[in-house]
Amino acid sequence: MGKWTRRAFIGAGSLVGGGFVLGVAGVTFAPGRHGLVSDDAAAKGQLTTWITVTPDNFVQILVPHCEMGQGSQTALAMMAAEEMEAAWELVRIEEAPALDEYANGYLLRAFTGDSMPPPLGRAIDYGAYRLARWFGLQVTGGSMAVRGTGFGMCVAGAAAREMLLAAAAERFGVPAAECRAELSHVGHAASGQRASFGELARAATAVPVPSHPALKDPDTYTIRRTARARFDIPPKVDGSTGYGIDFSLPGMLHAAVDIAPVQGGRLVSVDAGPAEAMPGVRQVVQLDEAVAVIADSYWQARQALGRLSPVYDDAGHGDVSSASIFAAFDAALGAPPEMPAEAAQVVTADYRVPFLAHATMEPMVCTARVENDRAEVWAGTQDPLNARSTAAGALGLDAGQVHLTNLPLGGGYGRRLPFTFDYVDLGVRIARAVSPAPVKTVWSRENDIQHDYYRPAAMSRFAGALDAGGRPLAVASHYAGGGNGEAVYMPYAIADKRNDGRDAPHHIRLGEWRSVLNSQHGFFKESFIDELAHAAGKDPYRFRRDLLGDQPRFRAALERAAAMADWDGPLPAGEGRGIAVCQSFGSIVALVAHVAVAPDGRLRVRHVAAAVDCGDVVNTDTAAAQIEGGVIFGLSAALVGEITIAGGRVVESNFRDHQMIRMADAPDVSVEFIRSNAWLGGLGEPGVPPVAPAVTNAVFAATGIRVRDLPIRNQDLSRA
Amino acid sequence: MTITLTVNGRNRTLDVEPDTPLLWVLRDTLGLTGTKFGCGIAACGACTVHLDGRAVRTCTLPVSAAEGLAITTIEGLAQDGKLHEVQQAWIEHEVPQCGYCQSGMIMAVSALLEQRPDPTDEQIDAAVTNICRCGTFVRVRRAIHAVAEKTVAKDQEARHG
Repeated sequence: MGKWTRRAFIGAGSLVGGGFVLGVAGVTFAPGRHGLVSDDAAAKGQLTTWITVTPDNFVQILVPHCEMGQGSQTALAMMAAEEMEAAWELVRIEEAPALDEYANGYLLRAFTGDSMPPPLGRAIDYGAYRLARWFGLQVTGGSMAVRGTGFGMCVAGAAAREMLLAAAAERFGVPAAECRAELSHVGHAASGQRASFGELARAATAVPVPSHPALKDPDTYTIRRTARARFDIPPKVDGSTGYGIDFSLPGMLHAAVDIAPVQGGRLVSVDAGPAEAMPGVRQVVQLDEAVAVIADSYWQARQALGRLSPVYDDAGHGDVSSASIFAAFDAALGAPPEMPAEAAQVVTADYRVPFLAHATMEPMVCTARVENDRAEVWAGTQDPLNARSTAAGALGLDAGQVHLTNLPLGGGYGRRLPFTFDYVDLGVRIARAVSPAPVKTVWSRENDIQHDYYRPAAMSRFAGALDAGGRPLAVASHYAGGGNGEAVYMPYAIADKRNDGRDAPHHIRLGEWRSVLNSQHGFFKESFIDELAHAAGKDPYRFRRDLLGDQPRFRAALERAAAMADWDGPLPAGEGRGIAVCQSFGSIVALVAHVAVAPDGRLRVRHVAAAVDCGDVVNTDTAAAQIEGGVIFGLSAALVGEITIAGGRVVESNFRDHQMIRMADAPDVSVEFIRSNAWLGGLGEPGVPPVAPAVTNAVFAATGIRVRDLPIRNQDLSRA
Repeated sequence: MTITLTVNGRNRTLDVEPDTPLLWVLRDTLGLTGTKFGCGIAACGACTVHLDGRAVRTCTLPVSAAEGLAITTIEGLAQDGKLHEVQQAWIEHEVPQCGYCQSGMIMAVSALLEQRPDPTDEQIDAAVTNICRCGTFVRVRRAIHAVAEKTVAKDQEARHG
């Protein structure tokens, strides 16, 4: 582990009643720029709380990330508790409030001085890029919680342990080196003395805060690398978790909303009369881009909204369609990349992927109460700080005049990230119209599907060159629809690798969708390397493996996945295996998909084997669940997911025409982890990118049909 | 208009429009928010409850159609403070992720297991068509089979015991 400096950043204090608080002293970010304005914050008494020991011996850990079921709150608590030697059953967690003091960059920077942990500073790591962009925000995204915040949690836990040990040594009258912390107690074997953390807490606050607490040898971990039950699960099986949509206040009104179907469009006119005549309706609110009906119940609001015929303009985008967008991509890509003259064989291929919606199962919801110069907001977000400033901006208030309570999220996948808080923006403007009554605005599924920040549609034009022996000399691509260093990176030892991004702008709103640009480029690059392997007449697994001689992590993951799936095992006609390996967010995931294609073209993915190198695993079962979920998420996109554009607007509107896979299409997924001891990688997203290419490569193995456009369902796989 | 419902064993007399979907009556009138809104067209299953033991999607079901039937929601699935075996299996196998769809999923699965204590994969596929966007299907299936195994073992014990 690296060094951390800045003693002043860790501080301790006492709780009323004799507890112990270990905090990270405040670093305040100046509004509008993410520079430090104070680095002697401990002296100024700005102390935020991360670890609290109460007199009754509970350890409370405050986690600055939201919980979407990805398990990072539990994993972060495990990391702190491990270093602290806390008894796991005495650990409690709490989500940090939406205050500047809990911004992401804050904890990380506090513990690392001015230098980021090396893997987080790598240009190739898009998660780190986003971290920088989000510095000063309180984001849960970029698969960053455990790998970023976790390091700070470890140091905080270790510092707390050393302080408790010092307090115990003083109390027992023995050297600290002879004391041992275990299961929320400190003991001294020789004298038989023992005290609980709770008993030691008050005295520990007087101990100087260690600037370099020693972290545990990973081989001695007792909490990490085990499966610990997530704290958030029990209330999710009896319906008691209160998501944003479940929130209510006395006297709360309900809003249903209709939004201009073409993004950028404005409300031209609406006759409010038919809605106003409906039971329970309080008000029809006209906004720039939307009309909302406020009623005593949501159903009344929704019914009344259905009586309206609002007219919107199309912001000049009425001619845009999926076809026109892809035609512009095609034109921008131009001729295929040039290949070396000495090539014995040149392979070219175009790949396309559509826009995709996040389609969180909980639609967008925002409850707000606006009164004069203050507002209260309740919503599920992946960044309560930016959601708060979005609300403030919409109302012309300062962020300090808005109080935002973050609520559990019914899915995120990137939909509820900073700069995509349209539902908060809309929700507070509706609330201002009925001020001071609180109002809950619930988006319909149609609102959600048609007003997302979509996964960018993209297109890539590849060329590759092989020598006479089938060895690749060059591989290059032109791509449109977005890309970056990590997404387009190919680990293979090919002398001439080139990428060139081309612009072909359109008006469709884009956002970050689970694995961001890796889902498109993972499909492109791992399809093309497969095509090169077949052109070379080589087995696609061994072709890749032979090009990964200087990439031991990639190679190990690839080999493990092949072994898990019995790569060389015989299969009946119409079945095939496909392989793909991608790195994203610091983790490497290799997949083998096993598919069966019936003569009539029906595709069934039977099994997916995943070998994952995320450095090390914190919570083993949760880690596997994230990969399983990522594979299913990626499969929906590969098999059926598609948002299309016609007349400038999104065509799909609900789960009838926007499909997702269900039980019947879900394969068994096996997951194995490789402990490379590389810096911790993310887990929420890296399972997604290799899914589509593993499946289409398997389809090719089964049928000889190469799928280059997603989703696969658009292609006829039947064999005459 | 006045309507009487039997929800989780209790009679509730309410003043609601008869065409209001049962979902919104449960959530907004009775405050039983464990049953979720997902799509409004009975396509995703987040709003599933039991009507006389059968799994029914409530976002398109007029409340009047539920009159006289025993309505069980996720809040009423536990009996005498003890979680239903499906709920227990969901904890044991860490099925939920975001958890939003899981009320409906658990109601669909518990109704299936009531009818077919040891379902085949095909029967599971046909009966449990709920959407889970987090992708918990692998564990849903695993947990269903685990519950079924216990039931079968119990039956055998009863027969041989």
